[in-house]
Amino acid sequence: MANRSSKPGDLNVLVIDENSIRASIIEVGLREAGYDNVTIIDDMNGLARRIMEINPDVIVIDIENPNRDMLESIFQISRAVKRPIAMFVDKSDEASIEAAVEAGVSAYIVDGLKQERVRPILKMAISRFNAFSRLNRELEETRGELENRKLIDRAKGLLMRSRGLTEDEAYALMRRTAMNQNRKIVEIAQSLITAASLLDPGTDA
Amino acid sequence: MTSTHQITAGFLPLLDSALLVAAKEKGFAAEQEIELTLVRERSWATIRDRLAVSHVDVAHILAPMPIACNLGLTAPAPRMIVPMALGLGGNAVTVSADLWSEMAECGASPDLDARASGLALRQIINRRKGERLRFSVVHPYSGHNYELRYWLSASGIDPDEDVEIGILPPPDMADALTAGLIDGYCAGEPWNTLGVLHNHAHLATVKAAIWKSSPEKVLGVNSRWADGHPEALAALLQALYTASLWCADNRNHEELANLLAKPAYVDRPPESLLPALTGLLRIGGREMLSIKDFFVPNAKAATFPWKSHALWFYTQMVRWGHIRHTAEHQQIANDTYRPDIYRSALKALDVAMPAASSKVEGALRVATPVGSSGALTLGPDGFFDGGLFDPADVDSYIASQAR
Repeated sequence: MANRSSKPGDLNVLVIDENSIRASIIEVGLREAGYDNVTIIDDMNGLARRIMEINPDVIVIDIENPNRDMLESIFQISRAVKRPIAMFVDKSDEASIEAAVEAGVSAYIVDGLKQERVRPILKMAISRFNAFSRLNRELEETRGELENRKLIDRAKGLLMRSRGLTEDEAYALMRRTAMNQNRKIVEIAQSLITAASLLDPGTDA
Repeated sequence: MTSTHQITAGFLPLLDSALLVAAKEKGFAAEQEIELTLVRERSWATIRDRLAVSHVDVAHILAPMPIACNLGLTAPAPRMIVPMALGLGGNAVTVSADLWSEMAECGASPDLDARASGLALRQIINRRKGERLRFSVVHPYSGHNYELRYWLSASGIDPDEDVEIGILPPPDMADALTAGLIDGYCAGEPWNTLGVLHNHAHLATVKAAIWKSSPEKVLGVNSRWADGHPEALAALLQALYTASLWCADNRNHEELANLLAKPAYVDRPPESLLPALTGLLRIGGREMLSIKDFFVPNAKAATFPWKSHALWFYTQMVRWGHIRHTAEHQQIANDTYRPDIYRSALKALDVAMPAASSKVEGALRVATPVGSSGALTLGPDGFFDGGLFDPADVDSYIASQAR
């Protein structure tokens, strides 16, 4: 068990996150900030028992985790953990709770631990959670763009074959149509592909 | 058309989110000029947190939880009110195939009579050596926890000494049963039916047998939001009431089961949702049982937020050591439920109202016509052990249950 000196490394931090990539991102952040004593749990089997073994000072958990009710109950109701743990709620700072919930993270701390000691951990977790969602969003967008490009290429092929156009002409025609109809070029491409497959299921590019 | 009211509601994937889902999907919210956004969560803790930071304005929530929040038992502890209930009943106690066969040998009956099942369980516990039986419920401050404990105690089983009661997310319960980690659980639907269908589980008894016409989920409202949006709240109660009528109509049960089954809602097959709506439940193997008033969305004033329900939950919080009994705590519990808001919001719909806002729970042995404005039938609302809870005498009820 950690003693109560003020070096970050003395705090026993547990990160519970089913998303193991996100958990590692948090872990790296914590280690960089000098928290050497970090444990990750990404498999929820036997969670209660493992928490008791690890006996953490601070727990960071994603709020989508369905085990939060169980987690809170083992802290509050039973005497299963040696030291009572409460949710990290800094009553003087409602904005930080909001930022945490917004980011999708929650934290619990051992009773008696000074809030100042935990605030940097929560702050770090919030920023890493946000960074992770941003990354995910960008990844999604990139995937979307790739999909769009494929659709546009297929539609171009259809036009080139059916109307004997060059690639540039086919693209220009789609772009003109999109502008005239105030639609996105990928929507025009999608319509073309749908129409082609309806008219002749065999010619789908 | 732009809606007059924008309301965001949190819910958990459970059958009794039906009123909210129907209000949105069947247009009852839109009729009241509400743009209703439903946000699904995976734990009650997160519902509470989102209420606290105003990510959601209202939520489908465990009936005792707003009381627990107002008593400061949770952190964060959003100030909450309960202006409406979201139905009566809907839970069951489900046990493993092994435990059920043992219970059946000891006299548990296939009609799931709570007394026979309880006595059978007590016999098993009395002769059992080694590890205690383990049960799971969804949350400490839940109807599930309190009704399971009530049933066990009234059957002569100490819920803390003779068995172990832990918390698990409902979707994990049936698997935990199969894995032998627990012996039984008390949960809402569809988690009991799914346990029977896929995990060889058997129902041991049902909420409707332990305490007839008993409260389960309510509409929990952030009181700051309620203060600032009285018209939106009234409109929402009207939409939900209309939804409750639609949900109660047996011609709509199949459509409702299909709606709830969608990926955005409960995300489980309609076959697992229909039994709770029709009351014809698969209780184990191929055995079917028709259970009267298993889940009641509208009849018997099922959406009325009874003060006596709030106070009964409060007595159980005291009973199991969740809170110390003081006049002030009792007042907080009493004030959490707001039948006054319910009455004034639904006046426009000409809804039949009970004359009182509190009743002696357990006193109605048969369905009884009551009501000040139109035809309304209440009850039966009996506890299986014949117990009575008089909300005018909370002290003696608490004293009678003291250990």
